[in-house]
Amino acid sequence: MLDAGRRKLVEVRDLKMYFPIYSGLLRRHTGDVKAVDGVSFDIFEGETLGLVGESGCGKSTVGRALLRLYELTGGSVVIDGDDVAKLSPEALRQKRPTMQMVFQDPQASLNPRMTLAGIIGEPLDEHTSLTAPEKLARIYQLMDQVGLNRNFANRYPHEFSGGQRQRIGIARALALNPKFIVCDEPIAALDVSIQAQVVNLLEELQDRLGLTYLFISHDLSMVRHIADRVAVMYLGQIAELSPRDELYAQPLHPYAIALLSAVPEPDPSREGARQRIILQGDVPSPANPPKGCNFSTRCPQVQAICHRLQPDLIEVAPLRFVACHFVQPQQAQPAGSTGGTEATEPTQQGVNA
Amino acid sequence: MTDLAPMKLDEALKPPRNQWWDVWDQFKTHKGALIGAFVLGVLVLAVVAGPLFWRIDPAFIEPDAVKMIRSRNQGFSLAHPFGTDQLGRDMLARMIAGGKVSLAVGLVAMLISIFIGTTIGVLAGYFKRLDGPLMRMTDLFLALPLLPLLLVMVMLFRETLAGMFGPELGTFFLIVFAIGVTSWMQAARIVRGEVLALKEREFVLAARSIGTPSRRVILRHILPNVMSPIMVAATLGIASAIITESALSFLGLGFPPDFPTWGRLLFDGVEYMTQFPDRVIWPGLAISLTVLSVNYIGDGLRDALDPRIRGR
Ligand SMILES: Nc1ncnc2c1ncn2[C@@H]1O[C@H](COP(=O)(O)OP(=O)(O)OP(=O)(O)O)[C@@H](O)[C@H]1O
Ligand SMILES: [Mg+2]
Repeated sequence: MLDAGRRKLVEVRDLKMYFPIYSGLLRRHTGDVKAVDGVSFDIFEGETLGLVGESGCGKSTVGRALLRLYELTGGSVVIDGDDVAKLSPEALRQKRPTMQMVFQDPQASLNPRMTLAGIIGEPLDEHTSLTAPEKLARIYQLMDQVGLNRNFANRYPHEFSGGQRQRIGIARALALNPKFIVCDEPIAALDVSIQAQVVNLLEELQDRLGLTYLFISHDLSMVRHIADRVAVMYLGQIAELSPRDELYAQPLHPYAIALLSAVPEPDPSREGARQRIILQGDVPSPANPPKGCNFSTRCPQVQAICHRLQPDLIEVAPLRFVACHFVQPQQAQPAGSTGGTEATEPTQQGVNA
Repeated sequence: MTDLAPMKLDEALKPPRNQWWDVWDQFKTHKGALIGAFVLGVLVLAVVAGPLFWRIDPAFIEPDAVKMIRSRNQGFSLAHPFGTDQLGRDMLARMIAGGKVSLAVGLVAMLISIFIGTTIGVLAGYFKRLDGPLMRMTDLFLALPLLPLLLVMVMLFRETLAGMFGPELGTFFLIVFAIGVTSWMQAARIVRGEVLALKEREFVLAARSIGTPSRRVILRHILPNVMSPIMVAATLGIASAIITESALSFLGLGFPPDFPTWGRLLFDGVEYMTQFPDRVIWPGLAISLTVLSVNYIGDGLRDALDPRIRGR
């Protein structure tokens, strides 16, 4: 499924997004919220990359930075051949149709004072020169695609249910035939029964239109359902990036292990054996991340080296990337196996945060 | 499409309706707004068409001293339905002439002040870089002593403007401009606050992800959503503009003393209030009616423009 010959549609290298903190009487720049701190990954054409992690770890920021809704602090984001981070405003505008976004809160992402036709028509107004009847035909076509009744065209967002609103958001994202869509928790605000519908719609559209998704979520079961590969984020960095089946069968990074121990096992015989790992302590502030490994303050298998050196994200097994000093290519074992600290000293020197 | 019933099909093919029809439909259901619109319409009609029917010159004073003294301070009569003032001038004619100026000053000054306030508020709220300078400027205007400022403006520009447009029109421009540039600060602050909150809403982010340029984001997404506070500021602005004009005229900074405006008539009447209360009642009533009707119209418009309320 993930043969190396597939084209990379999105290549993210060392993405950094810091939000400056101004404090004191003079509003001086006293520090940064390191919402995303050196994240690299690729997304292959036609695949769905899941991005999971707990609240505040920087998932939305990654998604928005990819579409350059923020000005990046550093790094590059190559989408379909162009480095989005460096495009001029006009070139970026031309590029926008290739990449679109579906937002978390379908209520907040629709202008309450525009009709459905106005909302879905906005991208068409901005990027095409269709005549009014052509535009309307396209709007109807999009509404059909996402399963909205054509009679709703004159209605306002408040007249729809949550699931319908999310369909409007999806129709708007589809209007310009994008290749890449960032779905930022598109189902988090929806009812469980509606969640399945929307996810199925997204999958169906992917099959039909050959879309590539970055699917951000904290719902690990849903990610397991929709994603081909999954990136686990912790405090602005990627802890592990693995194909879905391998990750769910055998997570390697201690954080991924803890996170996935919370997912109910569909197989009842194994569900009984599931051991929940409850992490101690709180997530550190992204304004003041710990020295060394980001996870060192909560890691059950922490060692001295973790407080000194930041591990790099390295490929420990084919297509499996893990950032942990104790998960090394030669011994692709879960962390914590009692290897001497010297023996597993990382070959690459991590950059201290 | 094929599985839809024929009737549905017709309906489905109906093109999106112009939004302003919905607004009008809702506006019609707001009784207060309709009455307000009617009252304001009558007032405007009266001051515009009134002089055609009521042909007495508002500045006419009996040249003959005896007649003049007799004609002073009359009460109701057919010849003078609103009575006469302390110089024997017809009050109805003066009300009509004054209303034209007062309504014009109120509306134009309000438009100027709302335009400046909204522009500054939106720019300050939307563009982070402009926020500091623009809000400091707003604070500066709020802190300025307005009367000396107006005095200086009048001193500096009255002659020039009078030379360009004639004394009355020149004064009108001056007053309207002076009131406009000294009353936009509240509106600017309110609008900025709203814009700051709106800017972070996801639909603005969605517009940016589509590639809508800032100016169209502002026109399409920001402005329609800050309509309510603007409407409130506007209706209040008309009232305060009419009052400020009369205060200015009273101080000798506005129109010449014998030039009637509602505010002026009110101030002149205050002296005689105990003997002839109708002298203040008529202009007071006219100002109140204007303010009230504009208020209700604003209320109705605000509701009509909000689709969430419109449905009910
Ligand atoms: N505009 C901003 N200014 C300052 N800090 C921000 C900004 N946006 C996000 N942050 C900070 O960046 C960090 C990551 O935020 P982000 O919204 O990406 O989290 P998330 O993983 O999407 O969380 P959730 O699952 O709750 O949506 C948080 O600590 C947040 O406080
Ligand atoms: Mg988020």
